[in-house]
Amino acid sequence: MLKYIRIALAWIFILAIMWLFLDFSGLARTWCGWMAKIQLLPAVLALNILAIAIIVGITLLVGRIYCSVICPLGVLQDGFNWLRGRFGKKTSRKNRFKYTKPQTRVRLTLLVVFIALLMAGGIWAFAAKVIAPYSAFGRMVGSIVAPVYDWGNNLLAAESEATETYTFYRVNGVNAWSMIVAGVAVVTFIVLAVWSFIRGREYCNTVCPVGTVLGLLSRWSVFGIVIDVDKCVNCGKCGKRCKASCIDTKNHWIDNTRCVDCMDCIDNCSTGAISFTRRPAHVKVSSMQLDISKTNASLKGPRKVQPTEESRRQFLVTGAIIAGTAAVATAQHVTDGGLAKLDVKHDPNRKVKITPPGSQSWDNFANHCTACQLCINQCPNLVLSPSTELDTLMMPSMSYVNGYCRPECNVCSTVCPTGSIKALLPEERAMVSVGLADVDYDHCLAASVGTSCGNCARHCPVDAITMVAIDPAHPHGRQRPVVNAAKCIGCGACEHLCPVAPISAITVNGRARHAEL
Amino acid sequence: MNRRTFLKIFGASTALAAMPGCSTTEAKAAKKPKGPMTLRTNPTTGDKVSILGYGCMRLPKIDGSDEYDQDEVNRQVDYAMKSGVNYYDTSPRYCEGKSEAIMGKALSRHPRDSYFIATKLSNFDPSTWSYEESVKMFEDSLKNLQTDYIDYLLLHSVGGDKQDMGLDSMGLFNTRFIDNGVLDFLKKERDGGRIRNLGFSYHGDVKIFDHLLKMHDDGEVHWDFVQIQLNYLDWNNAKKSNDRNTDAEYLYNELAKRNIPSVIMEPLLGGRLAKVDNHVLGQMKQRRPDDTPAAWAFRFAATPPQVLCVLSGMTKMENIEENVATYSSLEPLTDDENVFLEKIAQHILDYPSIPCTECKYCMPCPFGVDIPTIFAHYNKALLDGNVVESPDSPNYEKAKRTFLVGYDRKVEPRRQADHCIGCGGCLSDCAQHIQIPTELHKIDAYVDHLKRN
Repeated sequence: MLKYIRIALAWIFILAIMWLFLDFSGLARTWCGWMAKIQLLPAVLALNILAIAIIVGITLLVGRIYCSVICPLGVLQDGFNWLRGRFGKKTSRKNRFKYTKPQTRVRLTLLVVFIALLMAGGIWAFAAKVIAPYSAFGRMVGSIVAPVYDWGNNLLAAESEATETYTFYRVNGVNAWSMIVAGVAVVTFIVLAVWSFIRGREYCNTVCPVGTVLGLLSRWSVFGIVIDVDKCVNCGKCGKRCKASCIDTKNHWIDNTRCVDCMDCIDNCSTGAISFTRRPAHVKVSSMQLDISKTNASLKGPRKVQPTEESRRQFLVTGAIIAGTAAVATAQHVTDGGLAKLDVKHDPNRKVKITPPGSQSWDNFANHCTACQLCINQCPNLVLSPSTELDTLMMPSMSYVNGYCRPECNVCSTVCPTGSIKALLPEERAMVSVGLADVDYDHCLAASVGTSCGNCARHCPVDAITMVAIDPAHPHGRQRPVVNAAKCIGCGACEHLCPVAPISAITVNGRARHAEL
Repeated sequence: MNRRTFLKIFGASTALAAMPGCSTTEAKAAKKPKGPMTLRTNPTTGDKVSILGYGCMRLPKIDGSDEYDQDEVNRQVDYAMKSGVNYYDTSPRYCEGKSEAIMGKALSRHPRDSYFIATKLSNFDPSTWSYEESVKMFEDSLKNLQTDYIDYLLLHSVGGDKQDMGLDSMGLFNTRFIDNGVLDFLKKERDGGRIRNLGFSYHGDVKIFDHLLKMHDDGEVHWDFVQIQLNYLDWNNAKKSNDRNTDAEYLYNELAKRNIPSVIMEPLLGGRLAKVDNHVLGQMKQRRPDDTPAAWAFRFAATPPQVLCVLSGMTKMENIEENVATYSSLEPLTDDENVFLEKIAQHILDYPSIPCTECKYCMPCPFGVDIPTIFAHYNKALLDGNVVESPDSPNYEKAKRTFLVGYDRKVEPRRQADHCIGCGGCLSDCAQHIQIPTELHKIDAYVDHLKRN
């Protein structure tokens, strides 16, 4: 019974979290956004006390049920494991596990290494982020499942288009998809598939930092799996079928640091000797003999923030050669009635990268992000895409090529579970300046060629751009845009809508520390 | 009534949105022709011209592709020929310059004396304004149309201006056709027989229209025919759409006085008169249950006796079938029906639609904006009641979704109205004299309003 409740809950969680990553209608983040926020590592990074308290509380009460229900990566591994039991070699379908000694030293060492990597930031943190379970799952859904989901949606949209209905509409997930993220996701997927197919929950019980931390806690859990020695006939079936390899059948002892509360053993026991019940004090003596309090302190204590190197933020400002700019203005007046070819746009080299509104500062952003891709998949304005640069690999990077950060939108800040992008109210959004627009008058059509343009000024949502006559004596002569730094929020409307290509003549530079206007 | 007041009055009403599918032509079995195609006689050459002319500006494309569908054009032309349509109007610039060649392929499958070809000396691109280039354009037309003579040759779209080159309408006309000797060349070709009828198509500044007729009166040039925009909206309300436009009643009467036959373009105003709201549709159906709004507009355009031919841009087979039925044979409008259409015109003019006929003369916009598609989307939304300003309106959410989803569907984001920088390069090309940048900016502001609320 308990096993089936666990399976039902696990399905609910994994499907809802998948939907959260796939959905573009905004419905999923309203209903299921909290499921990302109660993932342990993001909650710790976000210092989300409530979520941490709930998870710690649950674990202290019943053990690592988190790993079997809430963690989507854990549920996914159970899936592979189930496949083996169902479709694996006949001889190895059942009874393929056996109790193994706890690898406590390995687990704790890996946990310490994980924390150290995360705190080191940059490319080091990348390694840690690859391991973080929820983010790894997010990347798999975002880059493996989402393209299929979008493709299916677009088929329906085409149908909807043909019948002039508006139920479905086309989506373009191209900016959210990246070769690097997809590569990492595929490798993670294959490694975990093979690992869990052969060795059950070994990844969760050695490598996974969340598994290790929750394992430490579940040592003292009030409830847990208990073997009734009087009823046990020593058949050993429970141990041979335990995917966590944590049942020491000889000693009728369960290593609760590794038990993920899957409840399979209860059903497997033919004599009813195994039950989920209050654990007697003597079984709580764990084989984890290391000083747990120290490890815990290092995790929960104030995180040391690695000072961001200036060089990391500085980019070589190689003057991008803007060819073909003036060509737009002086192009021959073609009149064949067709559509003009669109010039390809590129991102400018920004002195400081732009980070999403709510991220507060570059440091806060970089130190909290686990590259789960949720904000990237949810951004309705096609502004966020996975970074391909080493120091921010797979983290969201802002680009105004396909759209701009609309001033009424706060989606990324509402979905981010790690506190990398802190929640903003929609009305707060337009008060935060993430960057500052800067005009290149040599390429600005209005200033250089004298075209009446002003598209930046016309679209600035905060009225920060004014078209001013270059020569005060000729107020109706050639105009150029002037940016009011006190008003600019760095949304990129001007950059996105600037007609100059490949690099816009008005570009936004990020603010290392966001400003409140 | 401007657009904003209109929206305030009608925006909240859902009456117009109730049955969007019913606002255009029904898919019911097409009307059957009741007699032979009505023919009109050209007083100069004695040509017996079918009152229905086949317009080649909006030829069909292969579904989901940018390629024109030659097979479909062939089928449509075969049907048209069989039904008695014998006037085919094209131009070197229609369909991104491909129209003549496509029509040449389709028409050359029929005996040359069974149809009349009309094509034009186009005037949009200044690089084609020299004598040599003009002659080349004419020779190319012959080659593309696979023929050695043109039945009806027109100076294309006379009456526009070229502000960016400092040319007003008179300056442009003189530069394009007179100073370079092109008109003399055409007159010589007419004498030589490679042009059978010489005329002009007119949009815009009435000064030029009057000037060309004066040339006719003074014996400088004989116009065998003139192509004008005529429909029940422009008959005597042209100024309401745009004060640079001239009433068709004036144009037609001036030509009729001189016994010059009129060829009619835009009888449906680019489809605007085929897509009417439910109120207008109901009234039309009460009078003639079998007729579509398009049939009414076609009957109106063909009723004046000196109309030689009414052009209809053919895209779909069913349009051709319906138009053939309407004109086989033509039932001229009664006086009572004329009064009725005048009332309908007043009602339609109260709609703040953008009077774009999707002729694409403004295209390509050098900044990539898809002007006609944006206007068409906006007009359709307006007609369907999906332009709603107030977020408090009960149908705001539905209207917003329909507008925005439809917008992205029809116009790719990089070609939407927010990319119009207002350079005004399109202004002199617009045959309807629409203030294109101003209208685009208004639509853009509406889209932004929807996205924010």
